[in-house]
Amino acid sequence: MNSFNFENQATIAERHPHLFRPDWWNRGKITVGFGAAIALFVYGIVQLDIPFHRLSDGMFRLGGFLQLMVPPDPGSWAQALIYLHALGETVAIAFLGTLGGALLAFPVSLLAARNVVANRIVHLLTRRGLDTMRGVDTLIWALIWVGVVGLGPFAGILALICSDFGSFGKLFSEAIEAADKKPGEGVLAAGGSHLHGIRFGLLPQVIPILLSQVLYYFESNTRSATIIGIVGAGGIGLQLAEQIRVLEWQRVSFLILLILITVSSIDWISGKLRFAIIGRREIA
Amino acid sequence: MRTAVPEFPEARLQELADRYAVAVAAKRRRLWLGTAVLIAAALAAGWMGDVKLGMFAENFWRFPAYFASTAPKFSFSSAWVDLSEWLWGLPRWTRLLGDTLLIAYVGTLAGAISGFALCFLASANLVKSRAIVFVTRRVLEFCRTVPEIVFALIFVLAFGLGALPGVLAIAIHTTGALGKQFAEVVENIDINPIEGVAASGGSWIQIVRFGAVPQVLSNFVSYALLRFEINVRGAAVMGFVGAGGIGQDLIEAVRKFYFTDVSAILLLIIVTVMLIDFVTERVRHRLLGLEGARK
Repeated sequence: MNSFNFENQATIAERHPHLFRPDWWNRGKITVGFGAAIALFVYGIVQLDIPFHRLSDGMFRLGGFLQLMVPPDPGSWAQALIYLHALGETVAIAFLGTLGGALLAFPVSLLAARNVVANRIVHLLTRRGLDTMRGVDTLIWALIWVGVVGLGPFAGILALICSDFGSFGKLFSEAIEAADKKPGEGVLAAGGSHLHGIRFGLLPQVIPILLSQVLYYFESNTRSATIIGIVGAGGIGLQLAEQIRVLEWQRVSFLILLILITVSSIDWISGKLRFAIIGRREIA
Repeated sequence: MRTAVPEFPEARLQELADRYAVAVAAKRRRLWLGTAVLIAAALAAGWMGDVKLGMFAENFWRFPAYFASTAPKFSFSSAWVDLSEWLWGLPRWTRLLGDTLLIAYVGTLAGAISGFALCFLASANLVKSRAIVFVTRRVLEFCRTVPEIVFALIFVLAFGLGALPGVLAIAIHTTGALGKQFAEVVENIDINPIEGVAASGGSWIQIVRFGAVPQVLSNFVSYALLRFEINVRGAAVMGFVGAGGIGQDLIEAVRKFYFTDVSAILLLIIVTVMLIDFVTERVRHRLLGLEGARK
């Protein structure tokens, strides 16, 4: 069995000393790095005043909630219909939010791409503007839009449009900047204008990438759309938050189940569409 | 040097144009069909989502008006006094922002550690048992799909108000998200080191430690940093449901119409998020650069 006989390990170590010497420099770096991470972790726990005595109690209570959650039950058929309607709202919010955000972000992303608009100031201003939109969480946007158009799913749609506008603008402009210059130069050399260069040289390259990014976001927006109801912006989140507050655990688990099913089916559909559009390519 | 470009005769041009039309006809038809489906879906979603464009147009002025009303009052003669009045709560808000960052950090690290532990079990190239892979992946999917704020809502009831539910919610969500990304990295590693360790008699733990981890660590750290960035945003709204951090003050200011407070807190959040983005992006590029140099 053991036909391959090792010589004495000591002789091997003697012959290749550099392979057996511990690398103190690298080990030191890694140890210090992890040590700092752990120290900050401990500091965080102390600073946040995490009450460990409540942990066991809480776990116990959580177990109780979980027991009360099975089996998932909407209560009545009428209630189930209300939930399904809320779910429809959620999907509508996610869909229109993604679509609106993408449509608005597209022209702006051209402005933010260095290879389309060479002006540094325009570039800088649009980039910073997009960053600001992105820095505000969807829930905060929802809170603001509820104040403008009132409670309901429309506020949710507008909130998603705003936060997606920022994310798409950044993603799109990065995709555009990564595009190959040569087709555009070819169009210019054949006598096309700058706009022709964008339309025939640039867009055919980037549109599939942009579409796949949009589809990818559709799924993550469905997740966001399930929660913006918490601040009153429509969708299933409103029902969910309400049922959690009144401790109707069976309904809560029913709603969570609905969300899980919806998100994974949208994930599946958008995945299929994505592969149909660009093939099995990694999205940046 | 100018030379005349030879023009094709009319008939030949016509023929070329016809062929082009035939070649793109199918593509065009697909495009129109796709557009029609998209518009139909948008209309259906608009009906479902209660879109009222009339009301939107009528009330749109409130959107800039809202921001205008949150703007602090400034005059040149007393700029400094105005500024300190606008940021009157700065000490409290910085403390809360610090809490928010710590919630995000502790949650991210805890989630990254458990995601790290689970990701190897979810990788089909390291675990032979289909059942273990399947179960681990479903667990990760569950952690990822339930929004963190829903976890936070439930945890607030179980553990009481404060940072603990926020940290736990972020940790669970991060476990799911990072576990999946880590597993994808692990599934794409070079198989030779693993076979090497296995062939020289290493146990499963040793295979993971010496065959897999050295290949993936820098990628893992990069993903964890990216997740930290995302979690900072998430932690900023945890306070909406009473799970600690600056969100509590923000939602209070919005609900009670403390306009200038809204703009001050929002500005602080945006600046913090941008700073974090900037720093983590730097670190990530360095990490990925190291990765590239090693290959």
